[in-house]
Amino acid sequence: MQLKHLIRSLAVAGLALAAIVPAHAEKTVLNVYTALETDQLKAYQQSFNKSYPDIEIKWTRDSTGIITAKLLAEKAKPVADVIMGVAASSMVVFDREKMLQPYAPANLKALNPRFRSAGATPTWVGMDVWGAAICYNVAEMQKQGLPRIESWKDLLKPEFKGKIVMPNPNSSGTGFLDVTAWLQMFGEKGGWDYMDKLHENIAVYTHSGSKPCVMAGAGEFPVGIAFEYRANVVRSKGAPIDIIFPKEGLGWDMEAIAIVNGTAKLEAARKLADWATTREANELYAKNFAVVAMPGIATRLKYVPNDYEQRLVKNDFQWMAKNRDAILAEWQKRYSTKSEAKK
Amino acid sequence: MILSLPLRWCADGERLPGRLLLVAAAALALFLVLPLLALLIGSVRDDEGAFSLLRFAEFAATPGMATAAWNTLWVAALVTALTVPLAFLYAYAIQRACLPLRGLWRLIGLSALLGPSLVGAIAFIQWFGTQGVLKAWLGGASVYGPVGIVMATVYAAFPHALMILVVALATADGRLYEAADALGASRWRRFRTVTLPAAKYGLISAALVVFAYSVSEFGIPKVIGGNFPVLAVEVYVQVVGQHNFGRGAIVALLLLLPVLFAFAIDTWVQRRQQASLTARAVPYQPRPDRRRDLPLLLYCLLLATAMLGVLGMAMYTSLVRFWPYNLELTLDHYIYGLAEAGVLAAWQNSLKIAALTALIGTPLVFFTAWLLERTPARPAALATAVRAMAALPMGVPGLVLGIGYILFFNSPDNPLNGLYHTLTIMVVATVVHFYTPCHLTAVTALKSLDREFEAVSASLKVSRFVTLWRVTLPVCLPAVLEIARYLFINAMTTVSALVFLYSSETLPAAVAILNLDEAGELGPAAAMATLIVLTSALISLVYSLLTHLLLRRHQAWRNFQR
Repeated sequence: MQLKHLIRSLAVAGLALAAIVPAHAEKTVLNVYTALETDQLKAYQQSFNKSYPDIEIKWTRDSTGIITAKLLAEKAKPVADVIMGVAASSMVVFDREKMLQPYAPANLKALNPRFRSAGATPTWVGMDVWGAAICYNVAEMQKQGLPRIESWKDLLKPEFKGKIVMPNPNSSGTGFLDVTAWLQMFGEKGGWDYMDKLHENIAVYTHSGSKPCVMAGAGEFPVGIAFEYRANVVRSKGAPIDIIFPKEGLGWDMEAIAIVNGTAKLEAARKLADWATTREANELYAKNFAVVAMPGIATRLKYVPNDYEQRLVKNDFQWMAKNRDAILAEWQKRYSTKSEAKK
Repeated sequence: MILSLPLRWCADGERLPGRLLLVAAAALALFLVLPLLALLIGSVRDDEGAFSLLRFAEFAATPGMATAAWNTLWVAALVTALTVPLAFLYAYAIQRACLPLRGLWRLIGLSALLGPSLVGAIAFIQWFGTQGVLKAWLGGASVYGPVGIVMATVYAAFPHALMILVVALATADGRLYEAADALGASRWRRFRTVTLPAAKYGLISAALVVFAYSVSEFGIPKVIGGNFPVLAVEVYVQVVGQHNFGRGAIVALLLLLPVLFAFAIDTWVQRRQQASLTARAVPYQPRPDRRRDLPLLLYCLLLATAMLGVLGMAMYTSLVRFWPYNLELTLDHYIYGLAEAGVLAAWQNSLKIAALTALIGTPLVFFTAWLLERTPARPAALATAVRAMAALPMGVPGLVLGIGYILFFNSPDNPLNGLYHTLTIMVVATVVHFYTPCHLTAVTALKSLDREFEAVSASLKVSRFVTLWRVTLPVCLPAVLEIARYLFINAMTTVSALVFLYSSETLPAAVAILNLDEAGELGPAAAMATLIVLTSALISLVYSLLTHLLLRRHQAWRNFQR
């Protein structure tokens, strides 16, 4: 008798709760997968919620490689509604797998036309550019009497033997953009010749795009081939590094936003994509990145030169995607076995 | 609880264990084999999804794979050859000598588990890397490469072996030692003919676990391996770098080969193992002996210093402004990590996951091992299948398990897909990931018991379950508690399987720390790792106190003096 009573009151309470919850849960929850930094997420979310207070963003954040693998593995039944702040090179893969929902955000016309996928209605839209940079530990430079670095070619000097770290292009998108930039700048043959000589000086190929600058900052190896954003962060933490933008040209990739095909929250997803193309959003991007999607937003990052945008190489994303397997196979053949054969 | 039920089942007693074993087999199949198959099937499919062996041909033609396979094997063999004797001597010192502060040595022996495995690799770089104060010890060799991998893996694998060996040496028949002494056997002879044979199963299990750990661990070679290719990193490169799940699956298959081999050895040894603790046994009590105790104490001190040195480096890094250039002391990294990087919430998630993993995993592992070892569970094929599945997880990199879980549990056709993105699935994945060492510990403990206990129960018409509750479980309690602690502290720090399974609300602390390190926030990463280490150490201590009280009640028989 007692138990029955208890169960009945529980059931009533449950029903009451069920009736109350929707009234409170009018907020739409948007699952956003991202590779953005934690501190950026807070700023973006605040600004977005000022315009759209009824949408709650739930971030799932990890490195580009992990997030991309996760999205691909979840392809059969996507969990994410929006992908934001993930490399354009990953977006090209998602696009090929038909995982993206085409949408032209409200402010699309105000953006630099380079910052969108091809086609009438874009499947992804760029936010900002992250380009290559060299982290050079000045404390070690002085201690070891190493020469100055101004260009990629400077890295071939014999003094740098065993002093350079760069990301392995097979494991890191940053490594891949370095390799493709050299191939596009120096030509096919010139590019591989350059990498052959550079290989002689490389101490370690890392499996992460951020690690080379981190290692340079800690003085493990004085020179790290890295990218601008990470270099800024490492330097601001107190690492004794100079950030060098080689004069021949810089490889780069974009951070982009896209809506996941088949999302149940299409309206909310579109609002986030709209916000991501506003002036306000671009101004927030500009706090961390020198080049953003909307032209004319003045960005003066402390360590970035004024002509940064001109130094970016002419990137052909289609060419990169098409030749990716061949380039990586060639790289693997030349450098992964050779480094072992020497011992 | 179990006590009252089985009496009713007595009549049914012979068939019930078989049925229960079937349930265990089904659970392992569902949460281990099927997710793995969901990934491995990719190895025999081409891009359009049709059956094809093309990927194998492609893989065989990839330059450097033979080198990577060879490197993997010799490094694992070397790591095993170093770790098992080191851990055996340490376990011997804890269990068979009269050392002061035994509990402390034991805790320090497990200390490598207290922090994320990343901490070990990073600390070795800090000690022996370019800026390291002990760089000269390597005699000019770079820490980035086989040297670093072997050192960091021995450090990380040590506690896994120690857990099994401590249990293997926990029980011994004092009569054998008395007999050996009475016959005037030398110390060495007694060790060789009494101690070693009794611990044989534990030694082989420990060797298998260490070997498999070294083969499948990718975090250490990824960070400290330099340009030294090994297969586990190749899985990472294929899955995370190239997003080529099919080729990742092929490498994962290759990694399973040593496990199959290990399983074959395990089965072979099992047939030869005899109980060391017969029903008539008298528990062995070591008596103080300076000639034995003093060297062993020094040995423990030496190893403990080395192990604390690794953790100490992480703690030191967490307290200085910017290692190695600005060594001014500061607490900023703790504030930043907890407040800015949001590690506090992640830390709570980890505690929850760890507690649930220990609570769910321990009974599951022990009960399944008991069904296998102490009941006539038939058919035999079922028992073999469960044994094989219990051995499987140690050869599966967490990364492979994680992707398999996504592919399997997130499939729209899977009726269980509601589990995906929950804390439950993370707990299940963690239990499965650490299943093998726990299983082997339980089996080692159970094997040391004489079958006569069950025979006597049967003749007294007492249910097997009552014997389990009244005899087997109390005798094996140290092993059970060891398993629970092992699951807890491993769950606090594991990354590889969970990195693919967490959602926005269930980010575990170890993943948050990995991300901090990736971002170049070495200080905050070290600070948060220190917090995890302290949490796990504190919980281990409280746990030791509690179990001490518990064991004093249940293990009184061990101190029984005639």
